[in-house]
Amino acid sequence: MSIKLQAVSKIFGETLAVDSVGFHVADGELVALLGPSGGGKTTVLRMIAGLEMPTSGDILIRGQRVNDLPVQKRNIGFVFQNYALFKTMSVHDNIAFGLKIKKWRRAERESRIEEMTELFGLGGLGKRYPHQLSGGQRQRVAIARALAPKPNVLLLDEPFGAVDAKIRQELREWLVRLHHDLNVTTVFVTHDQEEAMEVANRIVIFSRGRLEQIGTPREVYEQPANEFVARFIGVMNVLEATVPRGSARAGELEFPASGAPDGTQMRIGFRPYAVAVSNDLALYPYQAILVHTYFLGILLRVEFELPSGLVVRGRMTKEEYAVLGLENGRRVSIQIKAYRILARDDAPLGRELVSPISTPPHIAENI
Amino acid sequence: MSGRVKRRIRESTNKSQRGADETPLVKWTLIGVSGLFLFVFLLLPLVNVFAQAFAGGIRAYFAALTNPDTRAAIGLTALTAAICVPVNAAFGVCAAWAVAKFEFRGKALLITLIDLPFSVSPVVAGLIYVVLFGLQGYFGSWLSDHDIRIIFAVPGIVLTTLFVTFPFVARELIPVMQATGNEQEQAAMTLGASGWQTFWRVTLPSVKWGLLYGVILCNARAMGEFGAVSVVSGHITGLTETMPIRVESLFKEYQSTASFAVASLLAVLALATLILKSWFEWRQERQFSSAQIPEPEVVDSSRPGRP
Repeated sequence: MSIKLQAVSKIFGETLAVDSVGFHVADGELVALLGPSGGGKTTVLRMIAGLEMPTSGDILIRGQRVNDLPVQKRNIGFVFQNYALFKTMSVHDNIAFGLKIKKWRRAERESRIEEMTELFGLGGLGKRYPHQLSGGQRQRVAIARALAPKPNVLLLDEPFGAVDAKIRQELREWLVRLHHDLNVTTVFVTHDQEEAMEVANRIVIFSRGRLEQIGTPREVYEQPANEFVARFIGVMNVLEATVPRGSARAGELEFPASGAPDGTQMRIGFRPYAVAVSNDLALYPYQAILVHTYFLGILLRVEFELPSGLVVRGRMTKEEYAVLGLENGRRVSIQIKAYRILARDDAPLGRELVSPISTPPHIAENI
Repeated sequence: MSGRVKRRIRESTNKSQRGADETPLVKWTLIGVSGLFLFVFLLLPLVNVFAQAFAGGIRAYFAALTNPDTRAAIGLTALTAAICVPVNAAFGVCAAWAVAKFEFRGKALLITLIDLPFSVSPVVAGLIYVVLFGLQGYFGSWLSDHDIRIIFAVPGIVLTTLFVTFPFVARELIPVMQATGNEQEQAAMTLGASGWQTFWRVTLPSVKWGLLYGVILCNARAMGEFGAVSVVSGHITGLTETMPIRVESLFKEYQSTASFAVASLLAVLALATLILKSWFEWRQERQFSSAQIPEPEVVDSSRPGRP
């Protein structure tokens, strides 16, 4: 079922937790509410569920205004951050709870529970109590419990926050598959941008109660609406620069700044993948030393220090690293292939600019 | 929460044993002194109660217990407990719910007031009711006009016992409910459960052991209370004597065997209470240790220790 928020605000005491937020979730979509903690994303989720009342604005589910509908009547499935399983009930009874409340017949109830335990890989665990389950199992029970009564929408609050990194990865993939199979409209809250990028069809980005941007993972990564989004999604090098003679300078790095009067302060941002690296010291304009290498699996994060002490973060694959014969302490030449002039947080962001200095085709393209 | 606190204390003592390395002499001296003290001042008198009770033989013991006035005292005690325990259990659940789940003005005051009966001397508790309902009291003349007797009658005994026993359940439940939080209730609501269904199916089962613990402590006190009840009872044999008062009056009448026979019943009650209390405490601790998430630290400054 589709969900629509229209100019929804929420005030707690004197704090404006959610500031006139509006967005639309289409039927069957998987949407992430992303933002730093305190950004208002959980409050938005709880308002959709009916656990909080909006101070102003309307919430519509399937085109119907649900502001005055109590949580019990909204027919939503909610998965709490810490799962909130009923500790005194077995897995079977946890899943049965919603069905009993909704007065399902016994036979239908049992077959539904059977179906859910099967689907969620919980077979044989029906008699266990929550404290006898692993973190991942608890989470699956929580989702099974929420989905058993066939809710219109599934809402998850930080669903992967309470499990360790390895299980988290499995659960993400599993949630994507589950959503693909069941196609129930799903909204989940996360503060982890990687998680949002990986799992969601679309991402709604919040900061300090305001909606900063809404778009597909690719859109928010490649066309961030403002500096906040640009810095929050993915890694970004951000440099404070001043304009001495027509171009912005930060340490050795120079960026064309057409039309900016001398003395203008600006911030320059660029992604790690925009840093071109060569072991030929004459190839690129800036000399630097590779000071740190972080192994992230297939990708490596590398940090270059320029003579002025400026540190630039780059990214490359293992193979490129090997081809270039890099190691910590190695001298290289670098170039910034693309960058953005970052505006103030709320102002729209300009297009990504390409450095005018022509460079040969780069080895670390499209990472 | 009490369970958790205790566990932490246990852990810390383990650590200090490993770290500090006291000599065995110190250890055994301390254990010996504590043991001797408990033996002389607690165990010996308790054993003596039973020894005295059975001093005249089994037959005298049962004869003392089947005395009509004694039976009346046992009946009155049972009646008082039967009224006070459910009322205070209901009140305790309400108060604990209010304190643990809501934020409101005067919450600290409410918690303090719940503790009042613990800090007030039982004699004062009794006198409060005499001042209110006695013949010279505020409502005394109105009550006597309508021929309602409260002081020196059963209603007075029930009222003072209610007053004295009323913190037990609330005090026991507040930390348990605070530690449980209200996410499970919210989960129940998102699954369609009404407030009432949530209470019976989710809240009550999750505080079950704490509640039972509070109830048996409340019961023990309701049956054993002497001071406050003594003030309002009037000591009318066969009518307004509860078991503790019966013990006293028999003793004063030099019927020490009969007196100790009734006292032995109270002692058995105390022992049963202790055993049940330990069992509930253990169950509750187990429930906490098996809790699926580490509970947030509940700072309960109003409660320095277990009553």
